[in-house]
Amino acid sequence: MTNTSDTGTETVIENAHVRVLNAFCGPVESSIYRKQQRVIVPTEKSFDALSLLKDRGFDLFIDVTCVDYLEYRKAKHRYGLVYLLASTMNTERLTVRLFVDDPQPTVASVVPLWEAANWLEREVWDLFGINFTGHPDLRRLVMPEEFTAHPLRKDYPLQGRGERHNFPVITRDHS
Amino acid sequence: MAVTQSESPSLELPENVVVSRLDELASWCRKNSLWPMPFATACCGIELMATGAAKHDLSRFGAEVFRFSPRQCDLMIVAGRVVMKMLPVLQRIWQQMHEPKWCISMGACASTGGVFDTYAVVQGIDRFIPVDMYVPGCPPRPEQLIQAIIDLQDKIQEEGTIAGREFNTRQRQEKKRALVEYPETLTLDASRNPNLQRELSKSASNLN
Repeated sequence: MTNTSDTGTETVIENAHVRVLNAFCGPVESSIYRKQQRVIVPTEKSFDALSLLKDRGFDLFIDVTCVDYLEYRKAKHRYGLVYLLASTMNTERLTVRLFVDDPQPTVASVVPLWEAANWLEREVWDLFGINFTGHPDLRRLVMPEEFTAHPLRKDYPLQGRGERHNFPVITRDHS
Repeated sequence: MAVTQSESPSLELPENVVVSRLDELASWCRKNSLWPMPFATACCGIELMATGAAKHDLSRFGAEVFRFSPRQCDLMIVAGRVVMKMLPVLQRIWQQMHEPKWCISMGACASTGGVFDTYAVVQGIDRFIPVDMYVPGCPPRPEQLIQAIIDLQDKIQEEGTIAGREFNTRQRQEKKRALVEYPETLTLDASRNPNLQRELSKSASNLN
């Protein structure tokens, strides 16, 4: 693995994990930013790729989060999912990214691999509306159950669509 | 002294007896033994704790008995922002409190939503429950909260009745604020803005 600068991205990678991923799901895009290895895997093979990485020692699932690239310069896809993996054996870290698009952004759930992904995927579903197929219990995590929108999408208005005022008014007479 | 007393038409009272209206007596009891229900959701809650603690000592005003059961309280202090998921809980707790009861909206967030003008935060609890006192500040100092409690005591003494008739007035029954939202897109109305009119006429003359 070579890294020429601390701040720039370096595309020439000889990371063992990336080499295996290359052999498994075709040429993958990968880079290093500030000594951290990042790799972009194809969405349809994401479960198998992440399963492979788990077998290769990434036993700790740190986070899954989402980015909405609506109106983002040079963006080719609407949503980007970011998986942060780590190994408790050799403190290795890996950032796995993949992209999904409207109208039905769908990706395979990794709860069968890491139980820790359960609530994290529920949060992404709640706020971004990414559908995780194979999730055992895909309910809203932070917003109320009766909420219908996915509020962290960029096309959702900041002040909402009237949800925060949709309550009965209690006067002195009622209480 | 004895002469004036015999000449005056007033009632002669034995020692240690005062005459008052029953309403005023009830209000006097209520205002000096307020039991707060702390509904503390944010940094205002820290100031609320400081108000109850030794330095500021809310017990000087008879209101130090914080109870975490709404059944035992008569003063709800909403300290901090209330999100839309929390509001049904707030309303339920308010309804569980016994009459007579009062509500203090403490801080900018509870009163108006504060800086949190987002989809999740209620823009002022007075839209959904009755509020008696507002405390400005972000967060307010304990002195401000104490002032609000003193002012509330005055209010209770002034308008309190033993049967709670003051709550049945039309003013107290009204919704506190019109539930009018800003339109989603603000349209410029030149007829009400002389500066805009001037600019528009200027640009029109430039075009001509």
